[in-house]
Amino acid sequence: MIGFALRRLVGFAATLLVAAAVIFLLLDLLPGDPARFVLGINASEASVAALRAQMGLDAPAPERFIRWVIGMAQGDFGLSSTQKVPVAGLIAERMSVTFPLSMLAMVLSVVVGLPIGLLAARRRGKAVDTALMALAQTGIAIPNFWFGMLLTLVFAVGLRWLPPGGFTPWGENPGAALRALILPGLALALPQASILARVMRTALVDVAEQDFIRTARAKGMTRDEALWRHGVRNALLPVLTILGLQFAYLIAGTIIVENVFYLPGLGRLIFTAISERDLVLVRGATIVLVVVVTATMLLVDLTYALVDPRLRREAP
Amino acid sequence: MNARRLLAHPSLTIGIAASLLLALLGLISLVWTPYPIEQVQIARRFADPGLAHWLGTDHLGRDMLSLIMSGTLTSFTVALLAVLIGIGIGVPMGLAAAAWGGAVEWLVLRISDLTFAFPAVIVAILVTTLIGPGEANAVLAIGIFNIPVFARVARGGALSIATQDYVAAARLAGLGNAAIAWRHLLPNIMSLIIVQGTIQLSLGILAEAGLSYIGLGTQPPATSLGLMLRDAQSLFLIHPWLSIAPGVTIVLIVIALNIAGDGLRDALDPRLRRQELGHAAG
Repeated sequence: MIGFALRRLVGFAATLLVAAAVIFLLLDLLPGDPARFVLGINASEASVAALRAQMGLDAPAPERFIRWVIGMAQGDFGLSSTQKVPVAGLIAERMSVTFPLSMLAMVLSVVVGLPIGLLAARRRGKAVDTALMALAQTGIAIPNFWFGMLLTLVFAVGLRWLPPGGFTPWGENPGAALRALILPGLALALPQASILARVMRTALVDVAEQDFIRTARAKGMTRDEALWRHGVRNALLPVLTILGLQFAYLIAGTIIVENVFYLPGLGRLIFTAISERDLVLVRGATIVLVVVVTATMLLVDLTYALVDPRLRREAP
Repeated sequence: MNARRLLAHPSLTIGIAASLLLALLGLISLVWTPYPIEQVQIARRFADPGLAHWLGTDHLGRDMLSLIMSGTLTSFTVALLAVLIGIGIGVPMGLAAAAWGGAVEWLVLRISDLTFAFPAVIVAILVTTLIGPGEANAVLAIGIFNIPVFARVARGGALSIATQDYVAAARLAGLGNAAIAWRHLLPNIMSLIIVQGTIQLSLGILAEAGLSYIGLGTQPPATSLGLMLRDAQSLFLIHPWLSIAPGVTIVLIVIALNIAGDGLRDALDPRLRRQELGHAAG
């Protein structure tokens, strides 16, 4: 297990390093001089050169790349070229919206999706099954940000139960902050819950045909008992796979949904950075997203290998 | 697989018919729309659906039905091109990994790992920073996302074929890796590719909508269903219809494609019925 974990960790580090190189190269290819952009057209050559030196732009590309990576390893993501504050702080501040939102969406999708999948599998082939799966099919097809708009219409404008948008910082009023995340959380959770319900149902139906379920039934368990005691646990492995993938992409989906509710999350930070050509900030924010996605996948891999030793024999 | 056997699956027939019908709606916009889509007439803005404008008009007085027809075409085109990028690059990668093995396989798998680390939104962010927003940007972002998906599907399918006797026979007959991949592996994984292609097409429609909605995809004066939702963003609390019409269109397209995809999977290869993983990414 330790050998497996080590191999995976090395792979993780290598993927991140190459990903960082890709991001660095892409943004380095950009035409135009960031220092000139900050100072404006009328700045003198001398002051531009001075700022270039101060921003570390006069060094050759490989050196700047290495400096960037080493800096990040120490928590220094550089200074935002428009806001003149550390990028790490800006990202951390926005993550306090984006991360809880993703977690909330994840929890909601599990709480809704898994029981629906279980219910459909128990009533397999019956009207309930058909209806639930039709519902899931629709849920998968609904763009999460559009569902967010519909939720706003009903629960914020119509019923006035929840705020239509905006965010109160956690420090000021945790209750209000959480309330602001409920509708976006639901919007993000709908397609995820639908996928989970389908996967859960398929996995359970698969397991129900296994020999050990027949044995359990032969020992006198009812179908529901056998499914609950033996089926669910075995069905959870494929469900976990999907869950890991979903969380990784949920963070990316959050960027889009934040827009509907005017939430000051990572997405808004990135869009401002793009329009102001704050490359240091774009670079920092994208690498953070890549790290989150890759780390989630690593965690999923390691969790499985821990749960199911068969998976430690690694495919190439 | 002949047409009669395909038609024996009613849900497949419905899914394909509905998908084609919606695609046709988009294609017609090339030669005819009820009103020119760029025709701005402030006097008739926010008209309710009626006889003159079946789906009403938007904040600029443009005919919603015309916009939706044209937007459907954009959404389909972007998603289709992205699928073609995924197939064009991903399938050869997967086949090469299966046929050569060893270092080639290792490299292909590492490249897919790397690509998986970049969700479409992140690629779109990088490309927008680089060259600005646009349809090409969305095609590229979704296409890059599709590459490892097809590489994995092709490799997985090809590996299970590669152990067959006729592949061993072909090798004994002196065929090289490339010839085996082309003549024996590729034809046998076509059904897998088609099924995955349908799923990625529906995911691509959703992704295009998301990217255009946040301003990284299609730009005016062109239109797409996602862009219509972006236009509606500041108005939908007063004029909900502006967001409902394009949203429902997206949902219909994606449902049609998913039903077609599920049906194709059942019809082409019943063994695959249990695979749900294809729906997970997005």
